[in-house]
Amino acid sequence: MIRFDNVSKRYPGGHEALSNVSFHLPRGEMAYLTGHSGAGKSTLLKLIALIERPSRGNLLLDGVNLSSVSNSKIPYIRRNIGIIFQNHHLLYDRSVFDNVALPLIIAGFQHREVGKRVRAALDQVGLLNKEKAEPITLSGGEQQRVGIARAIVHKPGLLLADEPTGNLDPELSREIMELFARFNQVGVSVLIASHDLDLIKQMGNPVISLNQGRLEHNGLTTAHEAEHA
Amino acid sequence: MPRAESNQIARGSPVKAWAINHARTLIASLGTMTRQPASSFMTIAVIAIALALPSGLLVLLNNASQVSVDWDNNAQISVFLKVSTNEKQAKNLMKKLRLYEDIDQVTMINKDKALQEFSKISGFGNAVEALDSNPLPHVLTVQPKVDPTRPARIQHLLKQLNQLKQVELAQLDLQWVKRLFAMLEIAQRGIWVIASLLGIAVLLVVGNTIRLDIQNRREEIEVTKLIGGTDAFIRRPFLYTGLWYGIAGGLCAWLLTTISISLLDDSVEQLASLYNSGFQLNGLSFAETMSLIGFSCFLGLSGSWIAVGRHLSEIEPS
Repeated sequence: MIRFDNVSKRYPGGHEALSNVSFHLPRGEMAYLTGHSGAGKSTLLKLIALIERPSRGNLLLDGVNLSSVSNSKIPYIRRNIGIIFQNHHLLYDRSVFDNVALPLIIAGFQHREVGKRVRAALDQVGLLNKEKAEPITLSGGEQQRVGIARAIVHKPGLLLADEPTGNLDPELSREIMELFARFNQVGVSVLIASHDLDLIKQMGNPVISLNQGRLEHNGLTTAHEAEHA
Repeated sequence: MPRAESNQIARGSPVKAWAINHARTLIASLGTMTRQPASSFMTIAVIAIALALPSGLLVLLNNASQVSVDWDNNAQISVFLKVSTNEKQAKNLMKKLRLYEDIDQVTMINKDKALQEFSKISGFGNAVEALDSNPLPHVLTVQPKVDPTRPARIQHLLKQLNQLKQVELAQLDLQWVKRLFAMLEIAQRGIWVIASLLGIAVLLVVGNTIRLDIQNRREEIEVTKLIGGTDAFIRRPFLYTGLWYGIAGGLCAWLLTTISISLLDDSVEQLASLYNSGFQLNGLSFAETMSLIGFSCFLGLSGSWIAVGRHLSEIEPS
């Protein structure tokens, strides 16, 4: 699903956020990305979401080389990715329903289909009774789950999450992670950046850890090789 | 991929999806405007006033041209006959002239009657009585058929009349009409200059409003880009907002112009009645109203297009 091949990212000004990172996340796999703040977790996710472009190396998403994708193709690639942010990025001028519906509206789904899918997504995150609520009236955990519903409503092949449990207490964090595991069980590839090492250990998925832009530990290789051994 | 296929089916045909998107945005952008009634109203009012001013002036100018055309239609040729011509000869000439193709009407002012009237009105009665003979000639008043598309014909007629042997002088005083037309021409150009400047002002007002709108919706634009909204999708609501401003501004401009004209109408009618004229102010015609609204839409759309082109690309998710 995601293949990093000696990818480096140098920001204007000279700071090298990622150096020669290589790993492969197979389709349908779920993995965690860890590291101290500033280790390059966010940069790595931004490269996959085409918010930033690699300075060197090749980055393949679903077989497409992201280094050579033209700007006009970016939206169509992003439509196959569900992105979840630490600060939710919800739009507070509209209801929960309208927030979750946004990816479907963008893709031009028909009205009836939008309603059906939005309710299905809200049901999956346990917020079916909140569809008419304003996001601002929800708790932090509920807002995060609205964000997740929005990321999965259009059934993307890949879920990216940047510190999705950053502001939540351990109980809620665990619920959120289990939600991701459920999506993974139905075939969605998942990559979650998190520094909650205890929780990650409990979940038992492969871990990639970054240290100052370099790949320190690649749990995927071991898991992958073990599988094929 | 079954997932992609199921998405494709739910979306229907791309053309249908495109149409659904446009219809949604059209309504949604109207909704966004009505949620900020005060600022929308101000923008619309500025557009309306900026467009009502030149269109009102244009209406007045059109009316002025109408009046002058009426006067032009009333153009008369005064044919002064030679003093030696007697009444019978004059009447014969009148009958002959009535057969002319280019002449609508001929009336005769008998020289004796003219003298009586003159002495009555002028107060020179005594002086006139002192004359041994009537110094006035018979005069024929000729009403030419006016064909505005062929102004040369009236000149031709004038020449013909001057060549008749009983005629001393045939005179058509059109000089002042020509001068008036020249002045109206200048006024018209002036109005177009004002209209162009105010049109640019409307463009800038809409552009600035949309620019602020883009800045206020920065978060929404970023999120939309992140979840796969194309530039066209993001651009659309702003363009439609510009279009709505144009439509609303154009309609209000029409309303302002119509109200202003109707306020003037009474006084103009009074003035016209003093001139024994049934003249009435004409408002904007249907075609003029449509072009006013069309022009306004064009300005709204262009203004938002400029703002969107300049400011939307600056916003990228980070």
